[in-house]
Amino acid sequence: MSVDKATVARIAALARIRLGEDEVAALEPELNKILAWVELLGEVDVSGIEPMTNGAPGVLVLREDVVDADPLTGGGKRDAVLANAPAAAHGFFGVPKVIE
Amino acid sequence: MASLSQSSYRIDGATGAWEVVIGLEVHAQIASRAKLFSGAATAFGAEPNAQVSLVDAAMPGMLPVPNKECIRQAVRTGLAVDAPINRVSRFDRKNYFYADLPQGYQISQLYHPLVGEGHIEISLDDKRAGADSEPAVKRIGIERIHVEQDAGKLMHDQHPTMSYVDLNRSGVALMEIVSRPDMRSPAEAGAYLRKLRAILRYVGSCDGNMEEGSMRADVNVSVRKPGQPFGTRTETKNVNSVRFVMAAIEHEANRQVDVLEAGGSIVQETRLFDPDSGTTRSMRSKEDAHDYRYFPDPDLLPLVLDEAFIGECRESLPELPDAKRHRYETALGLTAYAAGVLTAEVETARWFEALAGASAAAQGRSLAEVARQAANWLLSDLFGALAKAGRTLDNSPVSPVAGAELLALVAKGTISNTIAKQVLEKMIESGEGAAAIVTREGLTQTSDTGAIEAAVAAVLAAHAEKVDQYRAGKEALFGFFVGQTMKAMQGKANPQLVNELLKQALG
Repeated sequence: MSVDKATVARIAALARIRLGEDEVAALEPELNKILAWVELLGEVDVSGIEPMTNGAPGVLVLREDVVDADPLTGGGKRDAVLANAPAAAHGFFGVPKVIE
Repeated sequence: MASLSQSSYRIDGATGAWEVVIGLEVHAQIASRAKLFSGAATAFGAEPNAQVSLVDAAMPGMLPVPNKECIRQAVRTGLAVDAPINRVSRFDRKNYFYADLPQGYQISQLYHPLVGEGHIEISLDDKRAGADSEPAVKRIGIERIHVEQDAGKLMHDQHPTMSYVDLNRSGVALMEIVSRPDMRSPAEAGAYLRKLRAILRYVGSCDGNMEEGSMRADVNVSVRKPGQPFGTRTETKNVNSVRFVMAAIEHEANRQVDVLEAGGSIVQETRLFDPDSGTTRSMRSKEDAHDYRYFPDPDLLPLVLDEAFIGECRESLPELPDAKRHRYETALGLTAYAAGVLTAEVETARWFEALAGASAAAQGRSLAEVARQAANWLLSDLFGALAKAGRTLDNSPVSPVAGAELLALVAKGTISNTIAKQVLEKMIESGEGAAAIVTREGLTQTSDTGAIEAAVAAVLAAHAEKVDQYRAGKEALFGFFVGQTMKAMQGKANPQLVNELLKQALG
């Protein structure tokens, strides 16, 4: 697997990372080196082995349906939530106008 | 069992008839107190950002922990549409940037959804009043149901250059219920949505309130010449009423036919429905929308469900609309029409069952013996009287027990059906009980033979000409004499006695 310049530019656009043409040119071989290195894993025979998607063994633990049971993960903290928002107003986050 | 119906809905183009192919992705808010991955509340109508936890605002270092009730309700919904529950499912990240999505990705389930393939059956003639025949039934496939997070809400009209973001909805649990492209007309899509909504409300997994956004549909539409392979589809996002879904399909299908017949081709794209104009338009900002770069969410381990959990979900399911409808027809002897209307909404079915139960108790008879009287009264008298008073079953001043008291008076012959209608109106006005109204207003039906005979004699004397016509063979006039006699008795005469005495007098 490898990427070309157009793919690099597209991934950057999807990730909202602004790249100049020279940066795209530099990143193309860099990303391809990483991909080639990761492809080494393809040499390992994993037939019959369950794919691992998490480093931790075990299964999900579920929470009970209780509002604000743990203050750390509950609501009712608007000031804290908005504290770092650059343009909060009237209890809302303010962002540059986005409209369809 | 009725036959499978084939929709004959076609769009007539210049080049011939086009068939419409429709699939719906319904987002239904799961009824839970807390959000899918945090403890913040889900209640509708809170102050902006008052129900937002640090998890929902995507603050660094916060980790999602799924709400068991949300999983339980999605499993119950899957069982209700006859779908297998996957013992192992996973959560994935769907990546996109938008101001209403603080994480920069939505936690969803792409590769291993919680619920597999199911189906529901739609009746296409539900609304045909008075139809006693079995309605046409069509089975609509459900491809999958998965669980995911809702996004926040944007407001664009509060400030000239800013949009405001309210994250109260951010992280609320949704079920995405994906249908097969099995629908062929706006009417079928409408029937599917109504039926799905009814099932969700019976199950209690979603309140089905489309006005508050608890249910929204993404509408996939394509057109083709009958017998041809599927055409390219468009997806109209976030349509929030049954009527709008039907209007969006109609408009979009006609637009596609126009494009194709003008020699163009359909672009697979995301569109928006504008309720004011009834049209759809392209959402240019979502051009990249299909490149979501899904990958398994490393914050969440696999969701593994055991048989005991799924068994509890199965046992907690109520009787569902189709089963209830069947029971009303077979065990209670109701018509297909009455059974259909009574089971369409869970509230109506609950009201009817409370009424029938109280009636059986009040009259000392079995459910099957009182069901028809209760159904007829509920569907004609009560619905009519409530509509007249600008009310619905939800805020009816007459309770099922009060209704049963009225029906018992009719069954015992204390009052006639005509008087019962008047008593019902008074019950709705005053909230008073039927027996109290009947006693106070002297509405008790009379079996006083002398009084009825006198009324009969007066009626016949006043209409001598019609009496002659009747005796000459115009038997249809009998109803006229009954009506006149009941009128003279102010509706209080025992109708059977009136019939008997009239027959004697006209003999």
